Order: sequence, then structure tokens, then C-alpha cells
Amino acid sequence: MNINLRDPNKIMKLSRLGSFHQSRLSFLRSFLSEFKDWKYKRDLFDLDKNGYGTAVYSFTKKDRVYSLVCFANQISDTERSDRVIATKWDAAFTLHDGIPLKKDIERLRNEVPKQEVGRLSYKELTLSRANKSVRIFDHVVENLSKGFQPNLDLLEKVGYLYRTTAVYGSGKFGLADRFRIKNREEINGPFRLEMMLVYLVRQFTFDQVNYVAKKRNPKTAVNLDPKICRNLGIGNSTGLGMAPFIVNHPTLLNNWISCRETALKKIRELETVEIKDSNLFKSCVRNSVKNITSWNTESEYQIKKIKFLLRDVRKFLDFVEKEFDFNNSYPFDILYLWLEKETCEECVEYIVSIMMEPFGEIVQPLIKKMSSDEEKYFNIPTDRSVGDLLAILEKKYSNILTIDFDKKENHKKFWFISKNKEEPRLADRFEEQGSDLEQPLAIARDIKKLYERCLLSKKSLKIDKFLIDNSDLRHVVRRAFIIEKFPYSEIQDNTISENLVPIDMLRLKLSFFGALKFDPRSDKWLRICMFQGAPLPNELKDFDEQWVYNS
Amino acid sequence: MKSLSEIETVTKRASRAVGFSWGDSEEIAKGIRLLELFGFPGIKNLNQYFKLINKKNFENLSILKKKNKSNKYSFCPINLGIRILDQIKTLEKFKKITFHKVSYPILLLPFLSRSSDVIGKKILFKFEKNTFLLNFNVNILSNLSLKKFPLLAKKTEIVFLENKDNFTEKEWKSLYKLSENTFVEETESLKQGAAGAGLTDND
Repeated sequence: MNINLRDPNKIMKLSRLGSFHQSRLSFLRSFLSEFKDWKYKRDLFDLDKNGYGTAVYSFTKKDRVYSLVCFANQISDTERSDRVIATKWDAAFTLHDGIPLKKDIERLRNEVPKQEVGRLSYKELTLSRANKSVRIFDHVVENLSKGFQPNLDLLEKVGYLYRTTAVYGSGKFGLADRFRIKNREEINGPFRLEMMLVYLVRQFTFDQVNYVAKKRNPKTAVNLDPKICRNLGIGNSTGLGMAPFIVNHPTLLNNWISCRETALKKIRELETVEIKDSNLFKSCVRNSVKNITSWNTESEYQIKKIKFLLRDVRKFLDFVEKEFDFNNSYPFDILYLWLEKETCEECVEYIVSIMMEPFGEIVQPLIKKMSSDEEKYFNIPTDRSVGDLLAILEKKYSNILTIDFDKKENHKKFWFISKNKEEPRLADRFEEQGSDLEQPLAIARDIKKLYERCLLSKKSLKIDKFLIDNSDLRHVVRRAFIIEKFPYSEIQDNTISENLVPIDMLRLKLSFFGALKFDPRSDKWLRICMFQGAPLPNELKDFDEQWVYNS
Repeated sequence: MKSLSEIETVTKRASRAVGFSWGDSEEIAKGIRLLELFGFPGIKNLNQYFKLINKKNFENLSILKKKNKSNKYSFCPINLGIRILDQIKTLEKFKKITFHKVSYPILLLPFLSRSSDVIGKKILFKFEKNTFLLNFNVNILSNLSLKKFPLLAKKTEIVFLENKDNFTEKEWKSLYKLSENTFVEETESLKQGAAGAGLTDND
């Protein structure tokens, strides 16, 4: 049986993309699989009694070494801020390509803590900073120093000791450009080095908390129980900075979604499923319920989504365990169709992610297809005609072409780059100044404009001639020819609408990272947790692939 | 050292700031990235050009012809570059096109380089005594010292080179003969058994 890939007009809507969850395709999980046989080592740990100083961690295989260089600094409570406008952090990190020499560490000590205003070199691959969850960190130190393990209820509410507030890569602030390292087999997957940085930072937070507790009371202190460590991740605060990424990298976005859709299609096309696989699927769904019930947020928006998700996952479990027979032909196709009919979008995508768990042989080969050589698709095929372009627009943007941009509510917002932090921001076009410097992120509006201009042109006119008088729309002409080849390259929604929920854009990207427990703090930023439940570095050789559900 | 990613981002924003559309700014940014990657002073020249762009007049072209002469002012290299890139498949048929007076000719190079890749032909770019060979967007060869790049090209010629060998048949044969020394002389038995296909295929 041939199942069609899901319709981009349905999947690429923001409400659907904002319902995505982590899966076996997620970058932090594929990172762990790739690096499980690498040698992990703590190379340097030079902290004072308060936990301030320098540490270096590495992953090594043959001649290749990646080293995380950590700088933990003292800051006052008033200086601690997760917002991108902060200038000081509890700790700052960089992933160095190779073994850092003393002079490298000295250079990095001057630059890394400055983050955006520091300068890195081509020897550094990623850059990040993190703040303590002070309440949790102090509680853990206090208890460990007295010989006790911390209060698990308290830990569960937060889920981490530190949270990062930005992770940079790909040439930012002088970091190595992607082209320098793109041929390395081990990083043939998006954001792999960013994931490595976060993973090693997580280990640093455990080592630091143990060390400070020991220094505080050498006679009574104990180490944090590895089981507790495993259930702690790294938090992350994410704002609008991440949103334009998915608009600015259309072929990459396509490849992420396309791999997810291809996995689902192949699973739905399985005529029969072995008992071990259906059992694994059911057990993951069952175990995952605790990920939902332990999902803490004060956001009304998210609380409502979690409530419906929990209701529908329980309904699904009930159906699968009491009514459904996996001996049916094409069982996952039946389940998928049932989900679409009976449950909310959030639940559909949640279960779609879990459907991938038993089928590593389907998912694994797709992971290598999630990167993109974007340069290859940059040139506009100018020998094509306006007629060709019109046909693409009508076929690929059919819903977008129905939006009436003369209505105020459909173009109420605009994206701009803040002068203070060079970060993307969103504002009200009719109440704030700056819309004359709008970023080219209103793709739906510009596509509609392009469509109207095309209608006024001769269909036989070649694109090279069309662009002479329409260079203001060149950026969307390029995109239209990209979407012709890459059906999932475009968000099929209005990114300047009054009703835009920007965190849907963040959710999409973060789900591919592998984040758990999205906690919106407003419609523009959220907190998440990464690597919660993941194996510790010394457990990587042989770990449970389903750790997300079994921790 | 600035990364190429930073160069591309800042160039795109700066190009937009001086008045180019976002789509054109993307093209300029790719071009400057390419120049800097190949070791040409892209940032330096773009900066100089952008300082002039609102003070001096430059001419733009729409449809390019075999011979293109500016009326009063020199051509804007960016407008010209984008037009060449867009119309390259038509222009290629002319075999050679000429332009009279092009400002900051270095800024034209990345567009010609990408055009060479699009048509699958090398492009020779000449003005005064300076020559540049654009090789399929893989590299750019030049006889010009990169330190001082002319700010104006008075008589510019762009030649689309037919794909042909740049060595003689004699040189090729000589090398081929050497390569034959890696072959095994086939005996009757090898002829019978070492090939995949049959000896007679008339069945």
C-alpha cells in the first residue's frame, strides 16, 4: 500500500508545527547515538571552593578531539538575567576543535565570558552561556554537603541545575564557518556540535555541584546520586532569536520535516508489525504519560494544551489497549487515521513521534538527510517563465493566496532587528515605529504580492525580464522556486498576523532539537529542558535508546 | 578574523541599508562572501562603493545587449552583475559582450563566477590590461595584483569560452601512453573468462 506524504498545507501550519514533539530524529538523540563510542574525559577541573574557575571536557575518537572549555564566574543576583540583554552569566562555554593549548585557554578566558561582544576564532565551533537555577543549585549543595540527597520533588519541578540562554554556532562572533567542518562524518546531522556543548555542560553542572558541596564540608559531603543526575537536564530560555531561523533556511526546514513525514509514511505502510515492536510502542506511550503529568508551566496557553494532550493520550491508550488489534493489516495507518479523527493536533504529533520508537531501521538512514547544502538552491532559474511561477504559487501557496492583506489584522505585526542586541524582535506596525526597517520575514504577504504582480504580467515573460521591474520581490521569487522542489520548505501561515503565536515557531525548532517540557513564559519566549533522563557520559557505551520515556 | 557567515550577514544588511532590495542584498552578500573566500578585497571595495553610491550617479541597465555603452555615468557593478547573472543564458549566445565604463569592476567578479557555473563554461573577463578567468565558480585566476584594484574599467570585455582542452593532442597522447602501463595485456584465456559480457551477443 502506498501512503501519501502528509499535505504541507496541513502540516506546515503554525498550530501544527507548534504541536511537534521530540522523536528519534531529534538532534540531541542522534548526537548521543553518534558519539556513544567516543572516549569521554574530564581533562581539567580547576575550580575554587565556590566553584569558580576553569574546566575542560573532551570527546575523542582516533585523531579527532572536541573539547568543551568552561569558565565559571561569580556574579551577583542582580546581574543574573536570562534575557539576551544580559552581559554576565554564571558560566560561559565554548567547544574547541582539538585539544586547547594553555595559550588557547588564556585567549578564551578573555573572550568567552563576554559572549556576543567577545571574539572567537576558527578553532572554536560553538559558544554558549548559562545561569544557575539558584534555588535548586543552593539546595543541592546544601544537602550534599551535609551528606543528604536533595529533595526530589523540588528537583522535579525545575529539572535542571543550570539553564543556557543562547547557544551559538556556524560562524557567529568569529566561530568556525560550517564549511570548514561539514565533511566530518560524525557531525553529518544538524546542530550536532551545539548538542555536544549542551550535553557536556550538563556534566559540568553535576561536577561543579559535587565539588562545591565537598569543599563546603569535606567530612560529610556526598556526591549527587547518578540516578538523580540522569533525571536532571539542562534548561534553556529561548526567545524570538530562534524564530527567523526556520524562515531563513527553507531547504533545511524542508529536510527536517520531510524526514519526519517520510518516517511516518514508511511506518504507516508497514503491513504487519512484530509483537516486540507493538509492545515497545505501547510501553513508550504508557511511560510517556508521566512526562506529561510532570510537565510544569504557569502558562495558561500551555496548561490548556497539556490538559487536552493528557486527555487524548489517555483516550488513545485506552483504545490501543482495549480495542485495537495489532494483527490488523497496516496497523499504524489505522492508528494514525484514528488519531486524526479522535484527538487534538498536539496528541496526533505526540503519538507520531512515539510511532518512530520501534523502527530504528526506518529512522536511522533519514538522520543523515536532515542537513542541507543550501548554496546549491540559491540561484533563481531565470530562464523559467512567469506562467511557471504562477503555477507554482497557485499549487504551493494556495491557502496563503486567500489571505486578505488589506485587512489590518493580517499585517499588524512586523519583524525587526534590535539595534541594542542585533536580535530579531516583533512589534505592532500601527503602534510602534520601525516598520520601514522591516525584515523580510513576512513571506505570506510578499508571496501574495508576487502573485498579484505575476497576474499583471504576460505569462510568457521570462523571469530574468520580470525581475527587472520587480526586484523588490526577488527574495520571494527565489523561495517560490525552492518550494517547487522542497514541499515542506515554507511555513504555510501568516507570520505578521495579529493572531501569530511566535512560540509556535520556537516549538517547531526546539522539538527537532529534542527539547522536553515546553514552558511558555509569554507568547514570545519559553523555557525548555534538554537531556533530562539522558545517559551520563560514562554510560554512553550501552544505553537505553528509549531513555526519554523510561527514565 | 571575521567568519564568512558574519561577512554574508553584515553585507546583506548593509546592502539593504543603502537601498537595494532584500533579494538583491542576498545576491550581493553571496558575492562578497565569495570574493573574501577567494582572497579578493570584497569588503574593502564594497565599502568604498557604498560610500559613493548616494553621492555619485551610476547607470543601471535592464536588458543587456552585445555592446553596452553608458550614456553619462559609469555602470553600477551590482546592477550589472545581477542582470548578467539573470540573463546569462541569453548573453552566452553572443559569445562576447562589452561594456563601456564599469565602476568597481571587482564587484562584478562574483556574479561572473556564479554565471560561469550556471552555463557550465569558463568566462574570461578583461578590461584594459587586466584579465580574470572565472572557472565554474570554483576559483578565479587573474594577472592583477590584488593590492590595488582599479576603481573603473573603461573598456570591458566578457568572453564566454567554449569548453575545450587547454593542452595539445600530442601532450594528451603522451600522457595516455604512460597511463597504458597500468593495463594488463590480455591472453586468450583472460579474454574468455575475465569479462562480464559474452563473446557473442547475437542471441
